[in-house]
Amino acid sequence: MVNLTIDGITVSVPEGTTILDAARSADISVPTLCHHPKLTPFGGCRLCIVNIKGVPRPVTSCTTPAEDGMEVTTRSSTLERLRRTLVELLLSDHPNDCMVCEQAGNCTLQELAYFYGIRENRFAGERRVYTKTDNNPFLERDMEKCILCGKCVRVCDEIQGVGAVDFTYRGFSAKICPPFEKDLECEFCGQCVTVCPTGALTGKMWRQKGRQQGIRKVHTVCPYCGCGCNLTLHVRDNEVIRVSSREDTINEGWLCPKGSFGYGFIANSDRLTKPLIREKGKLRETTWEKALEYIASNSLKIKENYGPDAIGGLASARCSNEENYVFQKFMRAVIGTNNVDHCARL
Amino acid sequence: MKNKPIIRICMGTGGIAAGGTEVMKAFKKQLKRKGIKADVKKHCLLHKVGCRGLCAKDVLVDIIVNKVKSTYQFIQPDMVQRIVDEHVINNVPVQDWLVTDDYHQFHNKQIKVVLSDCGTIDPEEISSYRAVGGYDALKQVLETGSPGDTIKTLKESGLRGRGGAGFPTGMKWEFCKNQSSPEKYIICNADEGDPGAFMDRSIIEGNPHAVIEGMVIGAYAIGAHKGYVYIRAEYPLAVERLRKALTHARKLKFLGKNILGKKFNFDIKVKLGAGAFVCGEETALIASIEGYRGMPRAKPPFPVYRGLWGNPTVINNVETLANVSYIIRNGAEWFASFGTEKSKGTKVFALTGKIRNSGLIEVPMGISLREIIYDIGGGIDKDVAFKAVQTGGPSGGCIPASLLNINVDYESLAQVGSIVGSGGMVVLDENDCMVNIAKFFLQFTQAESCGKCIPCRIGTKRLLEILERITAGDGRDEDLELLMNLSYDIKASSLCGLGQTAPNPILSTIKYFREEYEAHIKKKKCPAGVCRDLLDYAVLAEFCTGCGACKRVCPAGAVSGERKQVHRIDPELCVKCGACFEACKFKAIGKG
Repeated sequence: MVNLTIDGITVSVPEGTTILDAARSADISVPTLCHHPKLTPFGGCRLCIVNIKGVPRPVTSCTTPAEDGMEVTTRSSTLERLRRTLVELLLSDHPNDCMVCEQAGNCTLQELAYFYGIRENRFAGERRVYTKTDNNPFLERDMEKCILCGKCVRVCDEIQGVGAVDFTYRGFSAKICPPFEKDLECEFCGQCVTVCPTGALTGKMWRQKGRQQGIRKVHTVCPYCGCGCNLTLHVRDNEVIRVSSREDTINEGWLCPKGSFGYGFIANSDRLTKPLIREKGKLRETTWEKALEYIASNSLKIKENYGPDAIGGLASARCSNEENYVFQKFMRAVIGTNNVDHCARL
Repeated sequence: MKNKPIIRICMGTGGIAAGGTEVMKAFKKQLKRKGIKADVKKHCLLHKVGCRGLCAKDVLVDIIVNKVKSTYQFIQPDMVQRIVDEHVINNVPVQDWLVTDDYHQFHNKQIKVVLSDCGTIDPEEISSYRAVGGYDALKQVLETGSPGDTIKTLKESGLRGRGGAGFPTGMKWEFCKNQSSPEKYIICNADEGDPGAFMDRSIIEGNPHAVIEGMVIGAYAIGAHKGYVYIRAEYPLAVERLRKALTHARKLKFLGKNILGKKFNFDIKVKLGAGAFVCGEETALIASIEGYRGMPRAKPPFPVYRGLWGNPTVINNVETLANVSYIIRNGAEWFASFGTEKSKGTKVFALTGKIRNSGLIEVPMGISLREIIYDIGGGIDKDVAFKAVQTGGPSGGCIPASLLNINVDYESLAQVGSIVGSGGMVVLDENDCMVNIAKFFLQFTQAESCGKCIPCRIGTKRLLEILERITAGDGRDEDLELLMNLSYDIKASSLCGLGQTAPNPILSTIKYFREEYEAHIKKKKCPAGVCRDLLDYAVLAEFCTGCGACKRVCPAGAVSGERKQVHRIDPELCVKCGACFEACKFKAIGKG
């Protein structure tokens, strides 16, 4: 363990802990834009700068390991002036269209602008103007709002292992984009959308469906596969308008394309919400009780007349391991056949 | 055979640009012509050599007959026949074309260590380097020295990094040596990118083996088996000569397995940079070698602890490494006898701009700026006044005439708001606008910012925009304060050296030439007559002869007037191109 003081408070953290993590462990808030606890430290946004006694210039707390005896200051008039300048610089190259931005209310940049009370901008000047050209089906990429924190680049490389985007160009024209600025052709997992601190990356399906007001958050489990990722459904007027996932869950907040964007079926008119029985070639709505009874009685009849091997069972990848286990047990022990399979083999 | 004539032709990039290749061809042709009769070819050595320093007088040619050296300047192919006939054959130098006093004056105050063999040896022949004691230092280190001894010598010599930061080289090597890691690397940083700087390029073009020898010695001292030279692809000649030198060195067992028969393996790879200035920053350079985008990362950890592929790595500049073999051969004391208490040895500078003798110079640390500019550089044209000297490139600052007596060393230059940097030195005269100079450097740093950190990416853009509006006549009263405040914030909060020093050209010009900024902002005038938007051209009636030269060159039809009558410029039509100003032989066009 190393012992250091941060803003006069003694903090004890394991060796290798960054000053930022040490500060946060002591409930000392340090602003960041490019930091993510699960990604490699970047040190690009410079907001987490702190002073260390004996070190002439401010250092980024996200990249500097805590050392024994360090005396760290996270707040001073100089540090706050520098942070304010940084946020002001970002806003000088930002559309500042929070009124219509999907991320309003859930945007770190907006929050910082609010805390530093920035309205007038000393540095007003040229803004990057890009036309939205990406025709991919899921991800809205509004690069004018991109602050180049590089979180999307890192999450794509380090967590997803895809590397669909990276930094290009230099200077003020630096930009994050897919190779040769083509349309995004990735897995569309949406991890980049999850980590984006501004409205640069959002879901195309989210557009004008609702932001933070009137939202009911429903915690549930993803129905798509047996992994059982935790989902948070953003529900407005009984419609799922967005899906997110909490970091304190089994899937650590990471989702796949189905979990992130595959919620369109919920309100789809083609979706079956009641069991159907086919009678004389036509499907008829019924209740679960009647449907199950129909299956049970007919299964018994078939078994008696033609033997158990006349029956086959097909389970689903959308069920959990336990459900699939019970199903094969049922087929083998109750029906008495080994004719059991799974859609994932198809 | 010992006294065979030697002909040396400057064929560095400067020499070649001035026609060195053609001069070389002409000499070959003339010698062949004469050789038929007198078989001179066998008795004559024709060498191409690297930069001789005084690029302003290229093509420079040395003729050595009976050990007497004569140097010719401004040589063109058609002059070669006479030189061969009169000097090489009959030993009568062609007096008309010999270098003049200023050539000698240029060299008088220089002390050459790194450049001592540059311009005299053939950079493409390893034998030429061996003949002047090349690779003796490596032999000495491998046969009688130890890594510890080598580092001790380096530390005693007081050699500091010549790339700009001035970190003690011996100490850097020692840090790396003390790391217990099976893999270590030594990298030569040849990504010289400052506008107006050509020191590293000239060293590699003129004496590549000195750099290689320095690297092998360094590798031995720190325990590395692999090295890289990270060199700009924009230096094709340097790359070609370096590659040739590496091949030759491998053949003679100065590189590769069991170097000089000892149990020491080391080889060097050449990695070409793709043109990013920021790759001169060591962590960006490492990222670039690893195949990533050249973007710096936060330090610590420093490369000596975690460098290339996470292994301890020493990164030294070309000039630093080129010093090493000379220090080993001549001793630490010899090297430390040059320079000041804290800045030992010599430093190579690229002297450019409004100076008579532009070129490559090597001077002892601590020499005064005045000596460099007036004694070595020969001053500037008589009818224009010296204004400032810009040192250290885009990271440096402008030093005004009032500070000409300061010593050129790491500490003194830092005190006045500039830096030694890699060694660029651009001389400015009264016709240079300091706001415009600051703008030039900001354009450079902004375009070369990697975009990783906010202050450098957006901050330098805003600085540039403010400078642009000042030079366009739209400067606001609060702009000076805004420039300074933003500059301080960028310096304090940027990630790497590029951003941390990018505002220096602004801060130093405001410090020493504030009135020039104020003239732009308040009076909307450019005192140096550079900023086009602030200029007005008018005919000075008392000098105008009505010759019509101005009228003929004006692309906008803004000049009117009858022949032999005073002409007039219509300010509404004038596009301020300055063509009339250049064309007038009577100084009858006024601008201001």
